[in-house]
Amino acid sequence: MKVEITVNGETRVDEIEPRLLLVHYLRELRGLRAANVGCDTTSCGACTVLLDGTSIKSCTVLAAQANGRSVTTAEGLSTPDGELHPVQQAFRQEHGLQCGFCTPGMVMATVGLLAENPHPTEQEVREGLEGNFCRCTGYHNIVRAVLAAAGEQQ
Amino acid sequence: MSILGTRVLRTEDPKFLTTGGEYTEDLVDERLTGAAHVFFVRSPVAHARITGVDLDAVRAAPGVVAAYTAADLADLPPIKPGMGLKDTMPQTVLAGDVVRYVGEPVAIVVVEDPYQGEDMLELVGVDYDPLPVVVDMRDAAKDEIVLFPEVGTNTIVTYGEELDEHLFDDCEVVVTRTILNQRVAPAPMESRAAAAVWGADGRLTTWVPNQGAQGTKAVLAGMLNVDAAQVRVITPDVGGAFGAKFGADPEHAAVAWVAKALGRPARWAETRYENLLAMTHGRAQYQTVTIGGRPDGTVLAYRLEVLQDAGAYPRIGALLPSLTRLMTPGTYYFPKVESFARSVVTNTTPIGAYRGAGRPEATAAVERAMDLFAAEIGMDPADVRRRNLLEPFTEPHANGFGALYDSGDYPGALERALTAAGYEELRKEQAERRARGDVVQLGIGLASYVEVTGGGAESGAPNENATVEVHPDGSATILTGTSPHGQGHQTAWAMLASEQLGIPVEKIRLKWGDTDLIPKGGGTGGSRSLQQGGAAVRQASIELLDVARERAADALEADPGDLRFDVDRSSFTVAGVAQAAVSLASLAERERLFVHTVFTAPGATFPFGAHVAVVEVDTETGRAVLQRLVAVDDAGVVLNPLLADGQRHGGIAQGVAQALLEEVVYDADGNPLTASFADYPFLSATEVPNYELVDMVTPTTYNPLGAKGIGEAGSIGATPAVQNAVVDAVSHLGVRHIDMPTSPRTIWRAIEEGSGR
Repeated sequence: MKVEITVNGETRVDEIEPRLLLVHYLRELRGLRAANVGCDTTSCGACTVLLDGTSIKSCTVLAAQANGRSVTTAEGLSTPDGELHPVQQAFRQEHGLQCGFCTPGMVMATVGLLAENPHPTEQEVREGLEGNFCRCTGYHNIVRAVLAAAGEQQ
Repeated sequence: MSILGTRVLRTEDPKFLTTGGEYTEDLVDERLTGAAHVFFVRSPVAHARITGVDLDAVRAAPGVVAAYTAADLADLPPIKPGMGLKDTMPQTVLAGDVVRYVGEPVAIVVVEDPYQGEDMLELVGVDYDPLPVVVDMRDAAKDEIVLFPEVGTNTIVTYGEELDEHLFDDCEVVVTRTILNQRVAPAPMESRAAAAVWGADGRLTTWVPNQGAQGTKAVLAGMLNVDAAQVRVITPDVGGAFGAKFGADPEHAAVAWVAKALGRPARWAETRYENLLAMTHGRAQYQTVTIGGRPDGTVLAYRLEVLQDAGAYPRIGALLPSLTRLMTPGTYYFPKVESFARSVVTNTTPIGAYRGAGRPEATAAVERAMDLFAAEIGMDPADVRRRNLLEPFTEPHANGFGALYDSGDYPGALERALTAAGYEELRKEQAERRARGDVVQLGIGLASYVEVTGGGAESGAPNENATVEVHPDGSATILTGTSPHGQGHQTAWAMLASEQLGIPVEKIRLKWGDTDLIPKGGGTGGSRSLQQGGAAVRQASIELLDVARERAADALEADPGDLRFDVDRSSFTVAGVAQAAVSLASLAERERLFVHTVFTAPGATFPFGAHVAVVEVDTETGRAVLQRLVAVDDAGVVLNPLLADGQRHGGIAQGVAQALLEEVVYDADGNPLTASFADYPFLSATEVPNYELVDMVTPTTYNPLGAKGIGEAGSIGATPAVQNAVVDAVSHLGVRHIDMPTSPRTIWRAIEEGSGR
């Protein structure tokens, strides 16, 4: 089937199999490999991207479901000259990443969270990121990064 | 001002935050063009004789490139067991006659399109003739069901001599208890993977996410039965490892074998389901602690007996109890102490290393024992610890089990932790809640720990190599035999070189994990990287200045003794001649400017600390919620507090997770019940508070940095602190012990039994 999907501002038409998952569409057809596959059960959130501005787990969405819609990945957050998005900057400043595997998903979940709730409390941050697993940081610095990014937005 | 000891942001971060790391699954490399995709048929039963494997249907299916059984891989030797163990319980890359755990690889299917893989596995027909299953290590120790009949016993190895039946003769009070240090899954966010291609020159190039490419190369060459010179291992970015990505697994050898058999590149990306089934697990010990002493709190004797579940085949897990035994007495002075250990095989996934690998288990045992003793004599657990801790020492202390603690101040660490936590106030609040009969009770748990870090080398004494090269453009490259998987080596190593050479950290690149480029190295494990690998980088940088000084003297026509190195300008200047200067960059322009060196340490180092955990336990539901975690982790001099604190946070979280919720569970038939993240209780941001870190610095003299290891500290201190806190919260209801994980159900049951209802 044919799909027309805008990814990070660039619209393209692709011929795909109906069963193709969005995460594999992004990784294999669009060559964007920041979104990672970390589990088989939509539990870990390493594949989180924005679909029309809302954070979703791209391993649970068919590419066909993104037809005519707009996807943003971690690659699309920073400016072309490499300037980091405030959320990315906050993750760096607060050391909110270690091995980096969960990081693009965590960053996109944060962007989605702050879009819905620009001034979350610490508890709201923790609950908002409950669907994104990290094995390295113990979440301590991730929570600080999200709160810092929220402060930055004000 | 020195850059050392400052909070330098990671130079590796921008990549991870934008385009993402380049993990094995991400690799786009021309050498891998046209790669076939490898899938494993895994045993669905825990113990069975394989009576037939039918590959006809799968081989005939469109898109299937090839399919193989153990017979096809007959030229591969059995996998070597853990170091020093006898080769009597062999595992082959694919199971041939008998499967011994659910998830054991039985056959291989190779497909063109990875989307086909799972479907094609269904077409493989394997006939299993069931054998009796033994899941519990205590049952395995009885040898009623044996996994290797030709050996006649499930016991792989024992450690320690005979029990001293008079050990507790002088003790007025003796307490004994068997406790479980449960099986957990390392579960790095990046599952295992491999990519492999054989060149026209007959050499294998394989990309494997690992903790040390050099070790992986040696193991892999052995598994493939080829000369090590024929193997090149490349380590891309690694999405977490936690001890479980050392060496190579059967699957890594299988992928390389397939690539050779097909004459085309092959790739494998493990699913999470496979990862939880078949990547090595950690911990898995029953520990019987016996502790005796006087009613005044003095401990006179301690005995630790360890039964280690090694899983179906003796890999690193079989050796872990030797490390547990090594650290038996922990931070304490016990007049009499003894320890015994035994490893057995069971019909479960093999056990390997997991953050701390054998040492957290020792701390958990002795810290539970101290609390059991304190409860028996009715004394505050802090006071019992104070009475028995070793005095501060600066000369090495032998612990009686072969460990030589280099430096330590255990009472100092405990007092700092207690003060930071506000221990007296917490006890008051606890007393008030108990007096009121609150539904939600407060628990305060302590753990004092010492661990061993920095052992390990390619051979001989603890050592590591480094190469530092300065380029004509003023940048530098470092080659290291250690291997980052989240620790921030690029930044840390750059700081060490920058301090000596005056090159900004942003202009220093790090290379690791390519065995053609860096033939030797001990990798990253046992918290050895900074104290050995970092020390090697510092040493190489200093030696590079010596080489450069000679060349600068020639260039400036001056005596080397008259030259001064100006770090701020990364240049040599001549005393008294303001204009005369030559930079490292310009010296590199004339001739390659690099040094390769090896740093050797006198021995392992022994970081230590104390943790205090505060939990609330709902006595009606059994739910425990961690409120606070105060951690003193003394790892000597800290290079970059940003990185060190990050390691502490991560370790604490994993320690907390083991205490509260994580456990790999099998049913009586050996079926895993926790084979997905939907079933395995993984820690999320909602179960932990912010951690309260307290700094303490007791330098080591074993390296010029004064640094000990920090990577595993959190997972050693936090686990018993949280477990002790949970027990403490309900101790007034008659509860003396609750096994981990302290889930609502286990806590609730303990309350019910404790209060005699």
